[in-house]
Amino acid sequence: MNGHAIAAIFRFEMARTMRTLLQSVASPVLSTALYFVVFGSAIGSRIQEVDGIGYGSFIVPGLIMLTVLTQSVSNASFGIYFPKFLGTIYELLSAPVSVAEILIGYVGAAAIKALAIGLIILGTAAFFVPLHIEHPVWMLAFLVLICVSFSLFGFILGIWARNFEQLQLVPLMIITPLGFLGGSFYSITMLPPVWQTVSLFNPVVYLVSAFRWSFFGTADVDVGLSLAMILLFLSACIAIIWWMFHTGYRLKT
Amino acid sequence: MAIAVSIQHLTKVYASGLTALRDVSLDIQEGEILALLGPNGAGKTTLISTVCGLTTPTSGTVTVGGHDIIRDFRASRRLVGLVPQELNIEPFERVQNTVRFSRGLFGYPDDPAHIEAVLRQLSLWDKRDTRILELSGGMKRRVIIAKALSHEPRVLFLDEPTAGVDVDLRKGMWEIVRALKNQGVTIILTTHYIDEAEAIADRVGVINNGQLLLVEDKATLMRRMGRKRLHIELNHPVDRVPEALDRYRLTRDDDGRSLLFDYDANSEAPDVAALLHDLKEAGLVLRDLHTSQSSLEEIFVTLVREEA
Repeated sequence: MNGHAIAAIFRFEMARTMRTLLQSVASPVLSTALYFVVFGSAIGSRIQEVDGIGYGSFIVPGLIMLTVLTQSVSNASFGIYFPKFLGTIYELLSAPVSVAEILIGYVGAAAIKALAIGLIILGTAAFFVPLHIEHPVWMLAFLVLICVSFSLFGFILGIWARNFEQLQLVPLMIITPLGFLGGSFYSITMLPPVWQTVSLFNPVVYLVSAFRWSFFGTADVDVGLSLAMILLFLSACIAIIWWMFHTGYRLKT
Repeated sequence: MAIAVSIQHLTKVYASGLTALRDVSLDIQEGEILALLGPNGAGKTTLISTVCGLTTPTSGTVTVGGHDIIRDFRASRRLVGLVPQELNIEPFERVQNTVRFSRGLFGYPDDPAHIEAVLRQLSLWDKRDTRILELSGGMKRRVIIAKALSHEPRVLFLDEPTAGVDVDLRKGMWEIVRALKNQGVTIILTTHYIDEAEAIADRVGVINNGQLLLVEDKATLMRRMGRKRLHIELNHPVDRVPEALDRYRLTRDDDGRSLLFDYDANSEAPDVAALLHDLKEAGLVLRDLHTSQSSLEEIFVTLVREEA
C-alpha cells in the first residue's frame, strides 16, 4: 500500500478546497438559508405537518441530501477532471499507485468535503427549526455512505467528461432534477399512486427516505431496501472505476 | 555495465489503427545518456509513454531495473522520472508544494533536505514559495524537472526538454543533464535538435515510422557514417583540375583557389597521402589544408531519406 501517495493526493485535494474556502462553504450555507426562507417559511406556512413532523424540520434531511449529492459529485468530478484538463494526469498515471490508492485519495477527499458541508448545513438548519435525530449513528452512517457513493459517481463522471460542458451536464440535468423529484421537499406518499410508482425508479428517493428515517423514524420505503440500493450503487461505481483504470478508458492511449 | 531499461519487441497500435511502434527492441545501459532522434510522429513520445505507463503496449515487454512495467509496476515506476514535452503543471500550486506532492505520489516520505537540494540544483530555491502561474516558461520547465527528480529516480525520461526554449536555457538544460549523468542517473531524451544529441548524448537512436533504424555510440556512428572533406587551398588558382588528379574526383571551389576532396573517413586508406604527393607532382603549391566532417544532422537526414 502506497500510503504516502494517498496522503499526497488527499492533502493536494484538501488544499484545493482551502484555496476556494469561501465558495466551498459559504455558498451551500447561503443556499440552505434561502431554502429555509422560501420553502420553510413561505410554503411551510401553508403545509403545517408531514407525517406528523413540522414542515420546516421535515425538509432538513432532503436539503442536506440535495447539497451533499451535488457537492460529492462536483468535488470528485472536478478533482480528477482538472488533472486531465491540465495534462498533469501524466504524473498520476506514471506513479506507483494502484486504483484503490487513487480512489482513497481523490474520493476520500471529495467525500470528506461533502460530509463536512452536510454537517455544516445540519448546524445551519438547527438555527431555523427544532431538530431531533432519532438514530444519530445511522444518520452519520447514511451520510458517509451517500457521500462516498456519489463521490465515486462524480469520479466516473470526471474521467468520462471530455469537456467542461459534459462535466456540468450530468449534475445539472440529472442529479438536480432527481434530487428535487426524490422527495426532498415532500413525502412521496403525498403523490398520486401512479407517480408514487414512477418515483420508485428514482434512486434519490431511497437516499432521502433512509436519511429521513434516521431523523424521524418514518420512511417512504423500507430502510433495508434503501440501504441495499445504496450499497448496490456504491459497488457498481467501484466496478466501473476499476474497469476504467484497467482498460485505460479516457485515461490512457 | 548493467541494463537500466530493456525494451523487447515492443509494438503499439492505437485504437485509430495507427501503428506507432513496430517491434522495437532496445537495451539502455545504466548511467548513459541516450538521445532518440526522429521527425514528428516517428514514435518517440509513444516509446517513452509506454515505458512510463501512460500508454498500454499492444505487444512486447519492457523492464526497468529488471522489473516488468506491468506485472511489477510499483517497483519499475519508483525508478523512473518523466519530464513530458508539454508544460503540464498545476498553475495555482506553489513550487515547493508541487515538488513535495510528486515525491509523496511516488511513495517516498517527505524529505525537505532532498527537495531543497533539487530546487537549488535547478536554481528554483528562491522561487520555492511562488505560485507556478507566476513563473516564466523556462522556470516552469525546471519545476517539471524538479518534480521528476523529487523521488530520486535512477532513470529519467526527458521528452523534448528544450523544445521552444531560448539558447541560454538550452545550454543550461544540457548542464543539468550532464550533472545528473555524473550522479549516475540514466537519461533518455528525445529531441528534434541534432546538435543537442551531438552535444550531450553517449548513444544515439534514430527512430522513424515507429521503427528503430539504429542505435549506436555517437562517435562510432559519426565515424561510420560520416563523410570527410579535405579543403585544399592553393597559392595560385587553377582553371581546371589537372588530368593527373582525375582519379581523386576533385572539385574546384572559390574560383579555382581551392580544391575539394570528399572521402570516407572510415576507409582503410583514404588516399590523402597519395593525393598530397600527386598534387605536388602536378605542380600545385598548397597554401593551407583543413578537413570537415559531416554532422549528425546530415547523417540523420541521410538515414531517414534512405528509409523512406
